[in-house]
Amino acid sequence: MQQLNTQHLRDYPKKPKQVYLFGTCIVDSFFPDTGMDAIELLEREGIEVIYPQGQSCCGQPAYNSGYKDEAKAVAMAQVKQFPLDIPVVVVSGSCGGMMRHHYLDLLGDDPEINNFCQRVFEFTEFLVHVLRLKPIDQGPKERVALHTSCAARREMGVHITGNKLISQLANVELVIHDYESECCGFGGTFAVKHADISAAMVADKSKNLLATDVVRYVSADHGCMMNINGALDYQKQSLRGEHIASYLLNRIKSNSSKGSL
Amino acid sequence: MKHIIEEESKYVASAKAFRANVTRDLGNEELRSNFRGAMDYLMDKRKGAFSSEDELEVLREQCKLIKQRCLAKLPHLLEQLEGNLEKNGIKVHWAETITEANEIIAQLIAQKKGKSVVKGKSMVSEETALNDYLEERNVECLESDMGEYIVQLAKEHPSHIIMPAIHQNKKQVAKLFADNIDGFEYSTDVDTLIQQGREVLRNKFCQADVGISGVNFAVAETGTLCLVENEGNGRMCTTIPDLHIAITGIEKVIEHLADVPPLLSLLTRSATGQAISTYFNMISSPRKLGEKDGPEEVHLVLLDNGRSQAFADEELKQTLQCIRCGACMNHCPVYTRIGGHAYGTVYPGPIGKMISPHMLGLEATTNLPTASTLCGACGEVCPVKIPIPKILLRLRQESVKPKSQQPQVMKGQGAGRNNVEALIWKVWAQVHKSPTMYALSMWGLTRFRFLMPKKLGGWTSVRTAPKPAATTLHQRINAKQKKTQQSQQERG
Repeated sequence: MQQLNTQHLRDYPKKPKQVYLFGTCIVDSFFPDTGMDAIELLEREGIEVIYPQGQSCCGQPAYNSGYKDEAKAVAMAQVKQFPLDIPVVVVSGSCGGMMRHHYLDLLGDDPEINNFCQRVFEFTEFLVHVLRLKPIDQGPKERVALHTSCAARREMGVHITGNKLISQLANVELVIHDYESECCGFGGTFAVKHADISAAMVADKSKNLLATDVVRYVSADHGCMMNINGALDYQKQSLRGEHIASYLLNRIKSNSSKGSL
Repeated sequence: MKHIIEEESKYVASAKAFRANVTRDLGNEELRSNFRGAMDYLMDKRKGAFSSEDELEVLREQCKLIKQRCLAKLPHLLEQLEGNLEKNGIKVHWAETITEANEIIAQLIAQKKGKSVVKGKSMVSEETALNDYLEERNVECLESDMGEYIVQLAKEHPSHIIMPAIHQNKKQVAKLFADNIDGFEYSTDVDTLIQQGREVLRNKFCQADVGISGVNFAVAETGTLCLVENEGNGRMCTTIPDLHIAITGIEKVIEHLADVPPLLSLLTRSATGQAISTYFNMISSPRKLGEKDGPEEVHLVLLDNGRSQAFADEELKQTLQCIRCGACMNHCPVYTRIGGHAYGTVYPGPIGKMISPHMLGLEATTNLPTASTLCGACGEVCPVKIPIPKILLRLRQESVKPKSQQPQVMKGQGAGRNNVEALIWKVWAQVHKSPTMYALSMWGLTRFRFLMPKKLGGWTSVRTAPKPAATTLHQRINAKQKKTQQSQQERG
C-alpha cells in the first residue's frame, strides 16, 4: 500500500482558521482525553475546532470484516457531517487512511466524496505539513519510543511526521525499537478471530518496546495502543503508550510557550 | 478421482484445520526461531539489493505495467505462445484442472516408458500433487532442488515457495541426512551437508528418463521458456533426460523477450537479494540435429486451476501479476510467526491467501483471507505492486456475501457468512449511521461501563480488557461548549 501514502504527493493548504475534528469511535468511548488534548493543541495554534456531534465511526470495522454495505452506510453518514470546505483532522492514522483512501473505493469516486477525501488529514500530518508546527519543548529530559500503526505508516506516512514532531522536542531522545515497522497484531477483528496469532505478535511488540527501557512510548493510534497497553498491563509492566496529541501538548504546555512560527 | 479429492483435502485450510495448525506451529519454538531468523535474513538481503528507494520504485512500476499489459492480452498471448512453441518443436498441452495436468504428464511419461523422473523446483507441480500421482503409477519422482529434496526426504511439503525447506535448520537437516543417506558423514556445516546431498542427486540425474521443471516466464513472441534457479539442477533436469516436461500456470506468459530483463532483475532481488541467479535457462527447442545434449522432446503443460476465475474479475485479476518471488511472505508478520505449513495450502503466506481461494474455493479457505491484520507489509514490497491487502478485503467481502447474491464471482461465495455475525454488523450499521442511536448507545456504554466484562474471549488471554470512559468525547465537548456559552452569557 506504499503507493497510497500520498504525503509527498499531495498539496497542503495554508493554515486554516477552522478545522473539523474527527474523534474516532475508540477515542470517543475509551480515550476522550486524547480528543480534548488534540483540540487544545489546535486551539493553542489559533485554530477554531469544530466537532460535529453527529459523527460516530469511520466504518472501518465493518469494511475490514467484509461487510461492505454496512460500512458504506456508516461512511456516507460521516461524510454528511463534515460539509464545510475545511480540513478534517483525524486523531488516528488508521481511521485517517480509511477516510482518505478507502472511502473513494467504498463510496464511489464522485465530486463530493473526492472533495471530502482530499480534506482528510491525519493529526501529525496536519501539524507538520499544514501548521508547520515547531513545538517548543518545556518538558524534562526523556527517552521515548514511537510505534506507528501499519495503516498510519503505509497509508498516511505517520512514521515520517510522528518522527519529525518528536525529533523537534529538544529534551526528548527518540529511541528506535527492534522491528519498529512490524505490526503489533491488532488488526481489529483479527485480534479476536485469530487470537493466537495476534497474541504472538503483541508479545513480540511489547518485548521489543520493553527492551528500549523507556518509560513510555508514543503512538498516533489508539487501536494499537489498546492492544499493546492491554498486553503490557496483563504482563504487569509499567510501560505504557500515550497518544501523540497528549504527549505533545504536555511537552509544550507552559505559561510562556506557544509552539508555532 | 478419489485420489485427487484426498490429495486436495490434504492441503485444505478449513477453519478447524487452520486453527489446529496455528496452535501447533506457534507452540514450536524451534520452528518459530527458524522462520524468524530466515525471514530477517531475507528481508535484509532484499533491502541491500537495491541502490535506492527510487530505483526500486521505478522498477516496481515498470514491472507492474509489464504484467498488466500481458494480462490484458492474456488469451491472445497464450495463443501466440502456443504457436511459437510448436514452431520451435515444443508441444503445448492445456489443462483446466490439476487432474487433467497430472493425466497429461503421466501419459507423456508412459509413452516414453519412463520409470524415473527428476524434478527441478516447480510449485505448480506441488499444486497438482504430481509426485504422489506418479508414484502411485510406479514412476519414481526425485526432487533435485536441495530444499525440495530435503522436504521430500522428510515426507513434508514446501513451507516457502522459493526456499522449500526454510523451516528446517542445519541440525535438523543433518539428522535427516544421517537417517536417509547411506554413508553420510555427520556434519552440521552447511556446505558439507549440501555437498553430500548433491552427490546423491548427481547420480540420479544420469539415470532418469524424464525431467520435469517449472517455468518462470514463458515468452510469447519467441516461444521461449525461462527458468530461474541457483543450483544447476534445473539445467540438468531440462538437458540430460530425453523427455523434458515443463508445467506452469497460464499467468506466466509474457509478451516480449525485452520484458524478461526487468522482471528477472526484480524477481531475484526481491526473492533472495541476488543481483542475478546463478543459473538462468532459456529453453527454445528440443535437441537439434548435430547438438550434443538436450532432450529429444520438450512439452509444456499450461494449467488453469482457478486462475481464469481470478482473470474474469478486474480487481482479482491483479492476483495473476504475481511472479512468485516470495517477498510477501518474507515480510509478513503472520507468516513469520506461524510458518508455511500452518496455512495448509501449497502456496503459503499472502500470495497463498490470495490465490488459494481461486484454486480450492472459499469453503476450503475461509480462514485465509481473515488471517491478516491488513498491515500492508506485503503490498509494500510486492515487486509487481499487487495491492494485496485490498485483494484480501475483497475476498473477505466475497466470503461473507449471501450465498445466492448475484453476480457470483468466486467458487464458494458466502462460505464465511455467519448469520449472527451478519446481524451484528447490520445492527452496528444502524447504530453508527444514526447520530441519535449512536448517542444513545454511548450513553449506555458509559453509564453501564461497570458491566464491561473482565474476560473478552481471546482478547483477554494475553491482555486486560479496555475500560470505557466515564464520559465520552462527545459529552465532554458538549459540556465544554455549554460552559463557554454560559460564561459568555454571564459576561454579556
